[in-house]
Amino acid sequence: MDSRAILAELPRLRRYARALAGSREAADDLVQDTLERAWTRMARWQPGSDLRSWLLAIMHNLRIDQLRQPAIPATSLDEDGIEFPERATQTDRIEVTELEAALARLPEEQRAVLLLVALEDMSYAQIAATLSIPPGTVMSRLARGRENLRRILDARSQPVPLKIVR
Amino acid sequence: MNSRPIPDSDLHAYLDGELSAERHADVAARLANHPEAARRVEAYRAQKQALRRLFDPVLDEPLPDGLKALAAPPRSAPARWLPAWSLQRIAASLAIALVGAAAGWLAHDQYRPPSLAGQPPPLPHQAAVAHVVYSPDVKRPVEIGAEHEELLVTWLSKRLGTTVRPPRLGAVGYELIGGRLLPGNSGPVAQFMYHDASGQRLTLYVSTENTANRDTAFRFAREGPVNVFYWIDGKFGYAISGGMPKDELARIATAVYDQFQKN
Repeated sequence: MDSRAILAELPRLRRYARALAGSREAADDLVQDTLERAWTRMARWQPGSDLRSWLLAIMHNLRIDQLRQPAIPATSLDEDGIEFPERATQTDRIEVTELEAALARLPEEQRAVLLLVALEDMSYAQIAATLSIPPGTVMSRLARGRENLRRILDARSQPVPLKIVR
Repeated sequence: MNSRPIPDSDLHAYLDGELSAERHADVAARLANHPEAARRVEAYRAQKQALRRLFDPVLDEPLPDGLKALAAPPRSAPARWLPAWSLQRIAASLAIALVGAAAGWLAHDQYRPPSLAGQPPPLPHQAAVAHVVYSPDVKRPVEIGAEHEELLVTWLSKRLGTTVRPPRLGAVGYELIGGRLLPGNSGPVAQFMYHDASGQRLTLYVSTENTANRDTAFRFAREGPVNVFYWIDGKFGYAISGGMPKDELARIATAVYDQFQKN
């Protein structure tokens, strides 16, 4: 592995990790762990293959390990746990602060696919290879992730109904 | 023909440029007759663009030095980044330890288990759980208080089968409250509790169960609201847990580390 090639990937790894993990600190810890693990697995790196995909795959596996160990106040969030208030009118313009909060509410597996498509411009086939999941699963996670995100954002943009006080 | 419903998967593949030119054109034509589907495609497109707006600024941030350094092959232990002064002190201590353990280190660097699933919970997690269970306890935070420190040391040392003495943390503003015995993965472990003038508590978790001997680097973990610094030294595993910020905890952890190195 070439240090310069890794250095060149770092900004993108950090961007993806930030979006996936939420905070700057958690993201940089994740990138750091990814690099440490990558160096221990140098022997498995195939020259000429896609370095970014390889690093993202390592990051993904680390993340799975992390998520298997429940944090103290267990805030696991599965799809059933997301509550959707009533549908509101549609707005195409998305406020970034709302988006960040909405993204954090998605199950991690959906968030990962969504981000690999949106931030990394990866094809569905590349994502399937990186995450070691079947192509059909990429599609279903993407579809559910986008739809969940849309509904969370729509619910947020609903105007608060005014009460008439007599 | 254009009124046939459009499968969900086609909407996404259309948006993401995954379709052949022919199918792309076909979906585009059918969207004209499916306003609801067209609105969804536009909503998804807006999501994509907003995600880029939100996270692209990260690309322009300066890289943390700790990450830049890791772009090069590691020369020795993978150290977490800490304030420079503590890193230097730790590096100095580690250098001494490394002389006798070079072979072990090489093995460590080459090998890491692929997954933690099915293994006992790792040290920082156990320590953090013990911290959140006992540190909020007002009446009985410890089994034996600091006023009976000798008794505490004798008892814990006997149970753990090795001398275990709580470090003095007065220099970093923390005073011993006392300690207790806890069950670890396979036997007893010790927990010491400290507090500062404001009543903020931290716990030091000492286990003697380490047999894998695969990690002696100073490491940081966050377990929910609890920050944990930990390291493994021979059969001993140490973990300092507290709710204080990372850098303050690093300062305390360094003081603890120094004292155990002297023993």
